[in-house]
Amino acid sequence: MQVKKIAVAVIGAVAAFAAQADINVGVTLSATGPAASLGIPEKNTIALLPTSIGGQKVHYIVLDDASDTTTAVKNVRKLISEDKVDIIIGSTITPNSLAMVDVVSEGETPNISLAASAKIIDPANPKTKWVFKTPQNDGLMAAAIADHMTAAGVKTVGFIGFNDAYGEGWYQVFVQAAEKKGIKIAASERYNRADTSVTGQVLKLMSVKPDAVLVAGSGTPAALPQATLKEKGYTGKYYQTHGVANNDFLRVGGKNVEGTFLPAGPMLVASQLPDSNPVKKSANEYIAKYEAAHGKGSVATFGGHAWDAGLLLQAAVPVALKKAQPGSKEFRAALRDALEATKNVAGAHGIFNMSAGDHLGFDNRARVMVQVENGAWKLAK
Amino acid sequence: MDLQIALLLSQDGITNGAIYALLSLALVLVFAVTRVIFIPQGEYVAFGALTLASFQAGKTPGTLWLLIGAGVITAIVDLVAAARAGKMKRLPQILGWNIVYPAVLAAIVLLLKPTGLPLLAQVVLSLALVVPLGPMMYRLAFQPLAEASSLVLLIVAVAVHFALVGLGLFFFGAEGSRTPAFSDASFDLGMVTVNGQTLWVVGASIALIAVLYQFFERTIYGKALRATAINRTGARLMGISTVMAGKLSFLLAALIGALSGILIAPITTIYYDTGFLIGLKGFVGAIVGGLASYPIAAAGAVLVGLLEAFSSFWASAFKEVIVFTLIIPVLLWRSLTTHHVEEDE
Repeated sequence: MQVKKIAVAVIGAVAAFAAQADINVGVTLSATGPAASLGIPEKNTIALLPTSIGGQKVHYIVLDDASDTTTAVKNVRKLISEDKVDIIIGSTITPNSLAMVDVVSEGETPNISLAASAKIIDPANPKTKWVFKTPQNDGLMAAAIADHMTAAGVKTVGFIGFNDAYGEGWYQVFVQAAEKKGIKIAASERYNRADTSVTGQVLKLMSVKPDAVLVAGSGTPAALPQATLKEKGYTGKYYQTHGVANNDFLRVGGKNVEGTFLPAGPMLVASQLPDSNPVKKSANEYIAKYEAAHGKGSVATFGGHAWDAGLLLQAAVPVALKKAQPGSKEFRAALRDALEATKNVAGAHGIFNMSAGDHLGFDNRARVMVQVENGAWKLAK
Repeated sequence: MDLQIALLLSQDGITNGAIYALLSLALVLVFAVTRVIFIPQGEYVAFGALTLASFQAGKTPGTLWLLIGAGVITAIVDLVAAARAGKMKRLPQILGWNIVYPAVLAAIVLLLKPTGLPLLAQVVLSLALVVPLGPMMYRLAFQPLAEASSLVLLIVAVAVHFALVGLGLFFFGAEGSRTPAFSDASFDLGMVTVNGQTLWVVGASIALIAVLYQFFERTIYGKALRATAINRTGARLMGISTVMAGKLSFLLAALIGALSGILIAPITTIYYDTGFLIGLKGFVGAIVGGLASYPIAAAGAVLVGLLEAFSSFWASAFKEVIVFTLIIPVLLWRSLTTHHVEEDE
């Protein structure tokens, strides 16, 4: 009897110790709902991340926020208060990530967001001290489009974007980028991702005869305006955003999207990059891992952002472990400091060099211009 | 805005309006017969279109497994009910529709490899897969609650909608699909080009409406449905099975939904959750008809299509606002002009 009690106590103590020493990573992603095409590859990628960093076991607790702001906040509260996580990865989309900023700063838990907007890590806001992100800022991508347009002799642009945070955010950053280059935005239209027809918007765009049209949508819904423009006989240049960089867009777009230009993370054309590019190795490693698990051609650049979050973690955790034990407030603070000190980490999308003023740390190596050629992505010169 | 743009927009509006009209008819039918506000109507649109797209992509559509699963559950529920009532002679019928039929379809789909079949055969096969889900859904979700208040039925309809959307994401993935057009022909009518698919949509819609009209006016089943819609108790006293009427109305709704999806899949990209918004616009049309009048509902749905096309030209950011705000004046006008009758629960 006594022996049994002792044994139970010992097992209990060991279990408690093990649980305390393990690193818990909370993940909230939009694996269902409107942003599912981004969230699903991210979720698949989390499953590929290492289960041990610096000799410590790592647990990933993955929750789905259904692309919904309220659910994302609820998930984060649960992860912090019940699961006592050391870091939170997510969410997939900007509105969710913005709503999470308050909660993670209150819970003093570092957060690596996988959403695009620069507002999430706005250095002017003291709460964003705890927040980092891996996807390129929209501004960086918009500047790439504006540069390319100038080089191609485009003077006027017709803009058509999603009638939500994605389209609106892109409109704002693109207006700024275009102004700098003296490009005029001749018309600005909106459509919904589930719309069955954009004929009205397309006719309006064509009535101002722009040199190029920029479609600000993500995934396959971004193909519809281009199909309608082609059908109505528009002959100018087409630009898309990096939100379309998956193979489903090419499948649905078919010959309608041939010749389209878009800025993207270098991962999209990893095999075409010169060997000297440090991103190539990291990106190819990720692509090989993902395709081994999910089949050839299944990889999407969105998952690369989750992979990059994992790489940041692998770089920061060993540093933080020297200062404190996982599961403690001190460890979370040390992890945050280590993330902010990230230097020269080569991810699938670029090179991270973070600082107190920049919680993303990308430079121009994190984007390339890509053209759709013969139904495939081609690195544009 | 010149005449050419107006004509193009009208063409677009009428094409979409024709689909909304079909869905509004299905909604009115289901509501009149079973008092269910049929929120999952749109899911049949998506399932129909995506099943066809899966055939064309050489994949086995997930709706096949859904049909088999729903069939097995329906058979069990029906068998238990039949055993309790001591009506074992219904056994062959229950097994035939719920087990044998899905099994035969599964054999056809898995053995025949429908990718190589002509488009028409693929369409028929898609309909054969999706349409039986209608009556099965009625049997499982609504028949046990047939006497409940319309609010309870509405809540169940919302639940079924979410379940089907979730299954749609699981079966077809988050990204959309398009199918090739039925015909690549296009006709130059002076200023505008009318393409073949538009004519298909409008033509098929009109034909389907005509067939439905004949069905309700001339056949015994159509008349039974109308009788149930007018007076449930009265129809039962005359020997019309309300269960049969409910299943039949869901069968027609599923047929209309799946066919609509197959018709518009070449014009637009269909996603697992596209159906909801399309169904909702059909619902606005149905509301215009007071959920009772078929011709006014159809006209209202075409109006929704036109309003949508023109507002997307003038104020694209407010398109949905404009379309759905249409409900308010319509409801005001209806509540002022019609005599209000309390629904007795």
